[in-house]
Parts: sequence; structure tokens; C-alpha cells
Amino acid sequence: MRRAAGEQQEGAQVRAMAPASSPSPSVPGPDAVQPVLDIRGLSISYRTRSGDVKAVVGVNLALHPGEIVGLAGESGSGKSTLAYGSCRLLRPPAVITEGSVTYRGRRVSPEGIAVLRQTRTQLRALRWREIAIVFQSAMNALNPVLRVEDQLFDVIDAHLSMSHEEKRERASSLLDLVGIARDRLRSYPHELSGGMRQRVMIAMALAVDPEVVIMDEPTTALDVVVQREILSQIVELKERLGFSVLFITHDLSLLLEIADRIAIMYAGQLVELGTAQRIYRFPAHPYTRGLLNSFPSLHGPRRELAGIPGSPPDLRSLPPGCPFVPRCSFATDACRQIDMRLAPIEEARDPSHLSTCPFVLPDKQLSTSASTEGHQQ
Amino acid sequence: MNTEIRSAAQFRGPLVLEAVSISRNFKLGRGRKGQVLSAVRDVSFGLYRRGVVALVGESGSGKSTVARLLAGQDHLTSGEVRLDGNVVHLRHRRTFRNYKHEVQMVFQDPFASLNSVHTVRYHLERPVRIQRGTKGRAAIAEQVAKLLSEVELTPPEQFLAKYPHELSGGQRQRVAIARSIAANPRVLLADEPISMLDVSIRLDILSLLNDLRERLDLAMLYITHDIASARYVADETLVMYAGDIVERGPSEEVTQDPAHPYTQLLVASAPDPDALDSGLRIGSKVLAGQAGSALSSVVGCRFSPRCPFADDHCRQEVPPAVRISDQRAASCWHLDRAAPHILSSGPSTGPAASAEVSPNAG
Repeated sequence: MRRAAGEQQEGAQVRAMAPASSPSPSVPGPDAVQPVLDIRGLSISYRTRSGDVKAVVGVNLALHPGEIVGLAGESGSGKSTLAYGSCRLLRPPAVITEGSVTYRGRRVSPEGIAVLRQTRTQLRALRWREIAIVFQSAMNALNPVLRVEDQLFDVIDAHLSMSHEEKRERASSLLDLVGIARDRLRSYPHELSGGMRQRVMIAMALAVDPEVVIMDEPTTALDVVVQREILSQIVELKERLGFSVLFITHDLSLLLEIADRIAIMYAGQLVELGTAQRIYRFPAHPYTRGLLNSFPSLHGPRRELAGIPGSPPDLRSLPPGCPFVPRCSFATDACRQIDMRLAPIEEARDPSHLSTCPFVLPDKQLSTSASTEGHQQ
Repeated sequence: MNTEIRSAAQFRGPLVLEAVSISRNFKLGRGRKGQVLSAVRDVSFGLYRRGVVALVGESGSGKSTVARLLAGQDHLTSGEVRLDGNVVHLRHRRTFRNYKHEVQMVFQDPFASLNSVHTVRYHLERPVRIQRGTKGRAAIAEQVAKLLSEVELTPPEQFLAKYPHELSGGQRQRVAIARSIAANPRVLLADEPISMLDVSIRLDILSLLNDLRERLDLAMLYITHDIASARYVADETLVMYAGDIVERGPSEEVTQDPAHPYTQLLVASAPDPDALDSGLRIGSKVLAGQAGSALSSVVGCRFSPRCPFADDHCRQEVPPAVRISDQRAASCWHLDRAAPHILSSGPSTGPAASAEVSPNAG
């Protein structure tokens, strides 16, 4: 059940609860370090006249320090809603109905901050300083009537107190960081190319040294060559500055290269979670397999491409059990009764590789070839 | 005859539409200070029945301008377009309309190319009435229903009364494709038909186009920035950079063993999951730099500012198309350094003998 809300500071009505409904297996990360961003049992709905659209349903996801976690799925799968919801950037009709989001940065107390319970003022201090976002369309995200420097100054002013000279110095070094000439500080966004605008967005996200950066399709509108430059720059900056990245995209081939772990989202739920290696070599969930099979590969032998038949489900009336059933070639009657829970597929081999599908496991032959490659525990 | 490059698509069927040294210049600014941007420069290729030619390049390389020129949406600065060997003149409305019978476009963004205040039925009835000249309600309705099932929107009745906003992206693109084949064209110019769609839907649309090409005997130009999809779709791939075609050849050869430094850069930049732990991780430096400039003030090879092999020769003179095999050519002065193994193994007699060739398919 949903309650219309206690705290209404931030547009979206929030009713933060303890991770009550889902004592699901806490997601084990690559090591035992406390996650810097911990999303537990998060559910978000859009209230519409024709019923609630359940955009995110009970998602558990942890982002560890220095890690790049990829979030992949089709449009409408809820990946952006999840990311924006976890820093409270959604407005009504979006409602966070359940769950908790805990932020544990170096600058905050060790028990962390419950993001969903923050007041408006507390949120202001948290956003951008601790959790920054690189938005999808740089042309729309930058203010067209302000120079680049003024937009950078705005960010710095909001969080740090600096003299004008210090600000200018910081803004210049930010542009150095992303590989743009310093004299571009005086430029307006329309004077920059698409790739440069996206770099300015990245510089702006890093302006006050955040610990978590959410990147929402940062390279979708760009050319492959520019895309690759920006991606390698993101990886390099991450190594240097030590932030963590939640990387949202529908392009799985990109994620396989850049992400440490990948979460696959379908109809508002995580259906598979694992390291990039595991997701690529031993995909378990039929939807993940479909995604992997739907992009043409440039290198290696020509594969038979299959794609995913059908279209995404209507989130207002999801059938019971697995939402992927109508499009799944492995589907049986039992699939309509399963409880959508992420569970380890091959406990022995990799306990962090989780899938919601209890029936379809990584191909046997793949698994055996894995052990010859030295994958055994 | 020996110096001609034959298209890898020509084995599919007879030549239908041909671009012969087409160019398009745009004036920038006014008066004497105004520069000239040659968005398309001396481009030649042929489209063959049942064959697919892919045009690959970055944004701003002129690939969409080529499609617009072929579709008659824009005027040629020089060169000519030939349909069945006859030069196409589009001065009059009637000739333009007749030409549209034969040559149709599919646009990138199905959100923008369909009119949001009209239903699917309206979008399809118009070309059936106007282009096919079908008369009578029953006959029109029957043909519209057939078009919808042709693009696998079944049952057709379910889609007829819908507005574009009620359809998913993939369904909208199917309607756009149905509209373009409603005129019974022989040539389909697909300008990035899948780049706005979700990854999982792209493949369906590509196989639909492939299917239609075979069933309706279409000659297809497939424009994309994704060279990997060209490998899967096209017989011949043309790589365009700043208005020039820099490399052409059978898709598999061009993508697996690129000769021109720019094609090599494109192929190296494509995401490659098999190379986990390489590439990005080591922070491999690809050639940075601006997108290619097509300003006429740039002399010499337009790729030279980004090219690792560039020298003074490249910066002063435009390289000719160098023949690599009877189906392949690349425009570069230094193919001997950029792709030594291709030149030495090719049937051609090496760079010394490679004269400037007419890149026309014969």
C-alpha cells in the first residue's frame, strides 16, 4: 500500500520506510567496503488518471567507492527514474512509494545520510556537492544565455566560498581536466561542438568534487570517435579523482567496456546483476541474452543476430510473475508464478552474479569453457 | 576498364540510380568574406536492384546531404543523378512527383516524420491515392491494410485509427516505412533509420528493411554513423569524411581490414566487448581533434589534421582514389604506410601503378 506522504519538501512526495518488504539478499559487492550509495527496496510510481505506472519496483543496488556501475535497459524500463529518484530529483506525479537510499561519503558521518528523509536545505547541500549528474542532452542542460564560466561559477558559489580569483582558477583547471582550452571559459554553449558541450557538463559535475556521479546517457548523441574519447576520459578522471559512477545507457556494448558491474533493468525491476565479464560471457536472464544478441558486432566473426521480439509491457498492469514472459522464448507456466528476486546463479563460481530467472542458467558449455579459462573459484 | 572500381552491390541486380560526381556547396556568410562549405564533393556511386549500399560517416560529413540530393530535396551544385541511365531533371512539379514514385526516403526520427495530428490511416491513404492513383474506398482500404501487414503491424485494423503518439518508436518507424513503400518505389533512401530507436528494436527494423528489399526488389541506400550495422546490412560500404568518400569496398572487407586512416579510426572507436580490459582501461589515446572541416579554404586531404600519417604532401594536395582491388579504393597518399599489407596482397600492382581512377561502377 501507498501512503500519500509525510514529508513534502521536494515536490515528489516521499514516504521513506525501512527496507521493510524486502529482506532480499543484500547485494554483495566486489569487496566488503561499505557502499557509497546504497539503494534498498526502492519503488517509484507515476500517478496517472488511468492508474499508477510502476516505473521502479523494489530495486536494490549498491555503488561502491571508485566503482562504475552500469544500468542498462530499454527506454521506459525505469533506469532514469531510478537514478533521479535516488537523489530526489523527481516531481509529481512521481511518488517514491517504498525503500531507502543511503549515502555514505567521506565527508559525512559514518552511518550515512538517509537521502529520502532529508529536508530541502539538507538536500541542497547534498546535491552536486556529494551526488552530481551529467545529463543526457548537453545542449538542453546548459544555459544558452550564460557563458561557460558563469555556469561553472554558479556551481562553485552554491557549495564553496571562494574569492573570484580562486573561482576563476578552479574553473580553468576544470576545463584543463576535461581537455578544453582555457579560453573557452568565455564561450557560450552554442559556440562549442557537441563533444565539447558534453565535456563542459562533465567538468561542471566535477566542479565541487562529488563522490558519486550519475551519468545519464552522456554520449548517446555523439559520434563513435568522440564517444570513445569521452569515455576514456571518464575512466581516467575516475581513477585520478576517485569518484563512483552510475552509468545509465541503453547501449550494452558500451557498458561492457566501461563498467565494473552491470545491472540489467526490465519493466522497473533489476533482472540481472553481475560483473561486466560475467554479464558478457555468461548471461543468464533471457532478456540480457536478447540485449547481447541485438547489437551487430564489428569485430570477430559475424554472429547470427536475433533481437528481442515484441515490445515492452504496459507498466500499469503488469502480469503476475516475470514481466518478460510474453517476449521470452524460454517461458513456461511456472514463470507466471515466480517471485521476482535476484538470487545467485552459480553460488560456487561467482556469488555476486544474480538473476531473477530461476530457470534459465548460463549455458553449460560456456560455463565449462570458463573453467578452462581459469574462472574457477 | 581495368581502372574502374566495381560496386560490391552490382552482383545483386541491374543499376537503378546513379550519382555521377555530385557536389553540393553551401555559402556561409555574405559578400566577399563569405566562405564556401562543400558539403558533398565529387561523390559517385550506384544503387543496384536488391542491393544495399551503406554510407558511413560522422555527423556533418555530408551523408544526409547526399540522401537529400538523391531524393531531389536539394539542388546539385554540379554533377548529375541518373535513373535507369537517364539524367534526372527536377525542375517541374510533375517530373518531381514522378521521380518520387521511384525514389522514396525513410527518415531518422519517426517522431518528427509523422504528423502528430493525423492517424496512421491518413498517413497511408494519401500516398495510396496520390502515388498509386487508387480510387474507391474499398480498394484504398484494402491496400492500406496490405501495407500495414507488409511492415508487420498486424492486425492492421488495430493500428489504422491510432495517432503517432499512441505507438512505440519501433511501430512508428514501421508506419514511416509503410508510407515510403506505398508509392511502389524502386529505390529506398534510409537516412539513419534505426539510430533513434531502442537497441532491442533496431534489429527488427533492419531485418524488416532487408526483407522488403528482397520482396519488393528495392535498391537501398543505408545511411548510418554505426559502421558495425553497415557490416551486417550492406553489400558495399562507402566511408565519408567531410564531404569526400574516402574509402569504398565490400562491407566485410572495409570493416574487417580498413585501409584509409579514417576508417581505421572509426573501426577502432567502435565499442568492442571482446576487448574487455583493453582500450578504455589503459586509456588508449585515439586521435583527438575536431570533426572534419569541409570548408573550401581547407586545401589538401581533409583528414590530414587528424591523421597520424599526414605530411606536407597531404596538406597541399587532395589525394586521388587509389585502387586496391577491383571492388575497393581508398583516397590516401600514404596507403603504403597506413595499410601496407592490403596493398601488397591486393591484386593491384601497388601504389606506383595506381593511377587516379574513376570510381564509377561499371
